[in-house]
Amino acid sequence: MLDIKNLHASVEGTEILHGVNLKVGKGEVHAIMGPNGSGKSTLAQVLAGHPAYEVTEGTVALAGADLLDMSPEERAQAGVFMAFQYPVEIRGITNAYFLRAAVNAVRKARGEPEYDTIDFLDVLDEKLKVIGWEDTFLTRAVNEGFSGGEKKRNEIIQMAVLEPKLAILDETDSGLDIDALKLVAEAVNTLRAPDRSMVIVTHYQRLLNYITPDYVHVLHNGRIVRSGGKELAHELEAKGYDWLRQEAAVAG
Amino acid sequence: MTGIEAHVAKPYELGWETDIESEKAPVGLNEDIIRLISAKKEEPEWMLEWRLKAYRHWLTMTEPTWPNVKYPPIDYQAIHYYAAPKQDKKPTSLEEVDPKLLATFAKLGIPLTEQKRLTGVAVDAVFDSVSVATTFKGKLKEAGVIFLPFSEAVREHPDLVRKYLGSVVPTTDNFFAALNSAVFTDGSFVFVPKGVKCPMELSTYFRINATSTGQFERTLIIAEEGASVSYLEGCSAPMRDENQLHAAVVELVALDDASIKYSTVQNWYPGDEEGKGGIYNFVTKRGACRGRNSKISWTQVETGSSITWKYPSCILQGDNSVGEFYSVAVTNNRQQADTGTKMIHIGKNTKSTIVSKGISAGRSQNTYRGQVKIMKSAEGARNYSQCDSMLIGDQCGAHTFPYIDVRNSSAVMEHEASTSKIGEDQIFYCQARGIKAEDAVSMIVAGFCKEVFRELPMEFAVEAQNLLAVNLEGSVG
Repeated sequence: MLDIKNLHASVEGTEILHGVNLKVGKGEVHAIMGPNGSGKSTLAQVLAGHPAYEVTEGTVALAGADLLDMSPEERAQAGVFMAFQYPVEIRGITNAYFLRAAVNAVRKARGEPEYDTIDFLDVLDEKLKVIGWEDTFLTRAVNEGFSGGEKKRNEIIQMAVLEPKLAILDETDSGLDIDALKLVAEAVNTLRAPDRSMVIVTHYQRLLNYITPDYVHVLHNGRIVRSGGKELAHELEAKGYDWLRQEAAVAG
Repeated sequence: MTGIEAHVAKPYELGWETDIESEKAPVGLNEDIIRLISAKKEEPEWMLEWRLKAYRHWLTMTEPTWPNVKYPPIDYQAIHYYAAPKQDKKPTSLEEVDPKLLATFAKLGIPLTEQKRLTGVAVDAVFDSVSVATTFKGKLKEAGVIFLPFSEAVREHPDLVRKYLGSVVPTTDNFFAALNSAVFTDGSFVFVPKGVKCPMELSTYFRINATSTGQFERTLIIAEEGASVSYLEGCSAPMRDENQLHAAVVELVALDDASIKYSTVQNWYPGDEEGKGGIYNFVTKRGACRGRNSKISWTQVETGSSITWKYPSCILQGDNSVGEFYSVAVTNNRQQADTGTKMIHIGKNTKSTIVSKGISAGRSQNTYRGQVKIMKSAEGARNYSQCDSMLIGDQCGAHTFPYIDVRNSSAVMEHEASTSKIGEDQIFYCQARGIKAEDAVSMIVAGFCKEVFRELPMEFAVEAQNLLAVNLEGSVG
């Protein structure tokens, strides 16, 4: 599904990613862990196509297509979804309106008919049922006046509605209390599907107590330095990230 | 040009010209020109005297320099003060109107012919200095509502016109109002008698076509006791390299328990990207809530004109009267807008609401200027003001000048202001959901203006939103 090769990326002239290699198969869930400043969020932003990040070397293929050649909206239309670490507020535009605009933009790009307002409400209803959440979010303006937890939940609602092929969750657990974390994790679990791959970027292991990844990768200084199964997450939790620095120092 | 700015520049769509022979007054301004205009309009003697008095006063006045706009001096002797499409005889019915004129308005989306005209909206169509046609006159008359081109009203209802003309905006009020009083040509007159709710929306569409002309329209709306009316004006002009002056005066009078809703969708030619050409829109609009429990509500969507200078205001004289001002002003490229409102509280328990949304893009300057004055007599007055500015790109300017003058300690005043920028992050967020950058900008702007759009009559809210989307197209990216 996703094939990242030797990815180098910089922001404002400073290189953050120094050659990332990562393969995510169809339906797999990969966790990317690492200390602050390791480049985790940069990787997520680069995959979504944020204009502030410049790719200087390497390739990224999404189901064989050149992802880096696409604009951010083309990536979304191709099935990439990023749950933002800091979701943006859009005043005066309801979530329902925003979601319809997004879904219709994607459908239009794929040559499918667009939904009208009434049809779309049914679609929304159905999608919300899947994750078992109330629709009280829908009539509120996009993220306006939302608490941190509500914003993160709203990202998951968008993911449920947009049904991506590749979902990237950028620090979705940050700022969540334990109840909210569980709620979000449960929703994400129901959205796991054989044709949907997920990349979960997180600093802490605690999210992975609820969402069990197939693979765990450790990102350090802009490179993946260790990959393993879900037990790697527990190891990191027990040992912290310090040993990485020591290893890096030894290797250097 | 940053990414965002590339999305806001798009061509003006109403900039075409109607090829029609026009009859113009000689260039320049003097008493003979005013006599000529008055004669063309077949006005009574008192009307001419009123004009001449205004003109003589205007000669003593100087052009205001306090607005936050810059433009080269206007040569008032280089303007034609009267221009009308040439016709052999005055048309007495729609069938006799030059088809070119009907086609012009049809192209602007204002069909005037019986079969095609908008249902539920009566339209007065003004082309340069004359009214071309007014629809539904008969139906309105049945309801007792007078809706006429101003020049006809002067002839047919002189007493009403005389009673109210200049009673809200005196001829001496300001430089441009005085000029308008001297040379005004057409506009609309509305009279809604006691107890009548006007059965349909009233609307006037102003089109400037001839070169080197100015348009000086005059609108007067009176709602008697318990009457109510909703009125909308729209406007556009061809693209020309010269600047053209549009100096209008609008007066509203609401008696006891009456309400007037006045909406504007202003789309005059804004000039080109470098600021060449465009309309100078120097307008005086004022409403008097004379009666108890009366209400005047202004809603404006200002997207055109190279320079806009207008402050639709309310004089809240009657006890419990209500004034409202909802405004969206969009400036792009080299446009300049200095707009806002005045709310003068005189009566007891008077209430005013101001919601202003300024959107600046390109290298434009957008100024909100508002005054809230609570007089000593205005026991229990309340005002709520909200001024929001949005910047697109980093070459434009947003300015806010709120003046607050409170002389009664029982007043309750609230003022909120905000400035935001459409950021790359907001656009990226939408893009990451599959929405194109241009559509993202339109959506963000529409959300920003929502509180104002919902005040517009439904027929026009969609049009206004589309207009905004087109006007900003190309300024982000």
